[in-house]
Amino acid sequence: MQIGIFTVGDVTPDPVNGTTPTEYEKIKNTITLAKKAEEIGLDVFATAEHHNPPFASPANPPILLSAIAAQTEKLIVSTATTLITTNDPVRLAEDYAYLQHVSDGRMDVMLGRGNTGPVYPWFGKDIRDGIPLAIENYDLLHRLWREDVVTWEGKYRTPLQGFTSTPRPLDGVPPFVWHGSIRSPEIAEQAAYYGNGFFANHIFWPASHTEQMVRLYRQRFEHYGHGDADQAIVGLGGQFFMRKNSQDAVKEYRPYFDVSPVYGHGPSLEDFSSQTPLTVGSPQQFLEKTLSFRDYVGDYQRQLFLVDHSGLPIKTVLEQMDLLGEILPDLRAGYAEGRPAHIPDAPTHGARVAAAGGAHDATVYADADAATGHRAEDA
Amino acid sequence: MTRHIAVVSAGLSSPSSTRILADQLASAVEARLFERGEDVRLHVIELREHARALADNLLTGFPSGALAQALQTVADADAVIAVTPVFSASYSGLFKTFFDVLEPGALEGKPVLMGATAGTARHSLVLDHALRPLFSYLKATPVPTGVFAASEDFGSNAGGRLAARVDRAAAELVALLDGPSARADVPPARKLQGSTEFDPDAAGFLSFDKLRG
Repeated sequence: MQIGIFTVGDVTPDPVNGTTPTEYEKIKNTITLAKKAEEIGLDVFATAEHHNPPFASPANPPILLSAIAAQTEKLIVSTATTLITTNDPVRLAEDYAYLQHVSDGRMDVMLGRGNTGPVYPWFGKDIRDGIPLAIENYDLLHRLWREDVVTWEGKYRTPLQGFTSTPRPLDGVPPFVWHGSIRSPEIAEQAAYYGNGFFANHIFWPASHTEQMVRLYRQRFEHYGHGDADQAIVGLGGQFFMRKNSQDAVKEYRPYFDVSPVYGHGPSLEDFSSQTPLTVGSPQQFLEKTLSFRDYVGDYQRQLFLVDHSGLPIKTVLEQMDLLGEILPDLRAGYAEGRPAHIPDAPTHGARVAAAGGAHDATVYADADAATGHRAEDA
Repeated sequence: MTRHIAVVSAGLSSPSSTRILADQLASAVEARLFERGEDVRLHVIELREHARALADNLLTGFPSGALAQALQTVADADAVIAVTPVFSASYSGLFKTFFDVLEPGALEGKPVLMGATAGTARHSLVLDHALRPLFSYLKATPVPTGVFAASEDFGSNAGGRLAARVDRAAAELVALLDGPSARADVPPARKLQGSTEFDPDAAGFLSFDKLRG
């Protein structure tokens, strides 16, 4: 079971002290947070991708993730999410394969569609094509990592003739891919088709919805022959604010919750907590609620928490990380308890290399002339 | 068989003339169905009770407890009676919000009897310039006669008898219940509860082959 955190990189005013971090501060705090994740023994750090204020998450996550990989030893770096709709799958193939080499395989990637309309036209796309873009773009990305030379034609980008995406995947094994979604069963179907991981956002919607999405994914994972339904690779989002005394947690978090960019000015903290995975309370309450997620999704592989959002100051965020670190052994023990032996762990690069029969270098060598590229008149 | 009729009232006061009109429409429909020996269950939804949950739903994207039930009641009903007060020359915001958060497809092919109330008869066209386009957009089947009641209708017969209009509309709704469903044989665009989306064996399920086109 992998446990980690994800950030959306929002630069939000702190409603309590009225200050807002600069982009520089937010970016540096994000790296601090990732290093803290490794320090307290977490397995995964994932970043969002954004292209507009108020976000200071990277437009191209491998830039941030390379820096983090360079400053950590064990942490798996990932995304939440990489936009499979508006990015060119060729660049995704190249950049994430490069990250795979830089991080010695300590990475994977979670693909998402992005959820706001204005972003699409900035990249020449249309939100109405969201699902077809996710399907076509991933189909190409999947091939670029598995075939040395790709000739391809689709609807949303120019055709490729004998194209080689470089670098080739580390040890000849492509990065593991998760497909993330809040409410699109089509994405669960896509993840199942490829036998990739399915990550349910989980934090914005009621458990009953997440349950339906995960059940569909598991059912289809089995349908496509990747294993039994309970062996499908499932990840969930989660959200907490902890203090030793639960009343202190509620009191301190409420002003942040009440004006949060996502659900602020709406339901009460108590109502939202009862309807979603949000836990505001003591470490023990956090532990019990988090372990109850399995009641409706089954034993799963990855749990990521959002901790640095809604204007919480970095000092508070790091205190939250310390509390998470303290309860982590109990959380791991809870996940391990009663977990059947045939439930797989979350895929890692090492495990995938072993499953592929060992590492082999996949470098594609080109002779000197070819390396300079064809002249236009040769085409 | 039992006919389930959802009665949606957006009246705000108690008693409200909107609720009174809704009750008259519901009673008339019930009486006509009883006459034919059919059982009827009326499910009255007072939107006032869901006002806060409706605002929350706009922000969170999902309905909480009692509102989720109310939305499901409408989705499961054989027909809907929907009545709103006229605010600023149209349906009230509360009324519209309820239909805004209803899952697309929930009203598809469903007979809807529309009603509206106002302080003056000069608003009577609201049924045809506001409510009818709304329900057409939602692919419901609005009955030809909508019932508008101004303050004067509750105290006199000057504008033609309200009871006669109510009865005519009720008859039209009941007739639609007998007709072939106008629901097209296409999957609803997006419907979360009890939907075909999560059922791989349903005709509307988008399997990967269909997704890839």
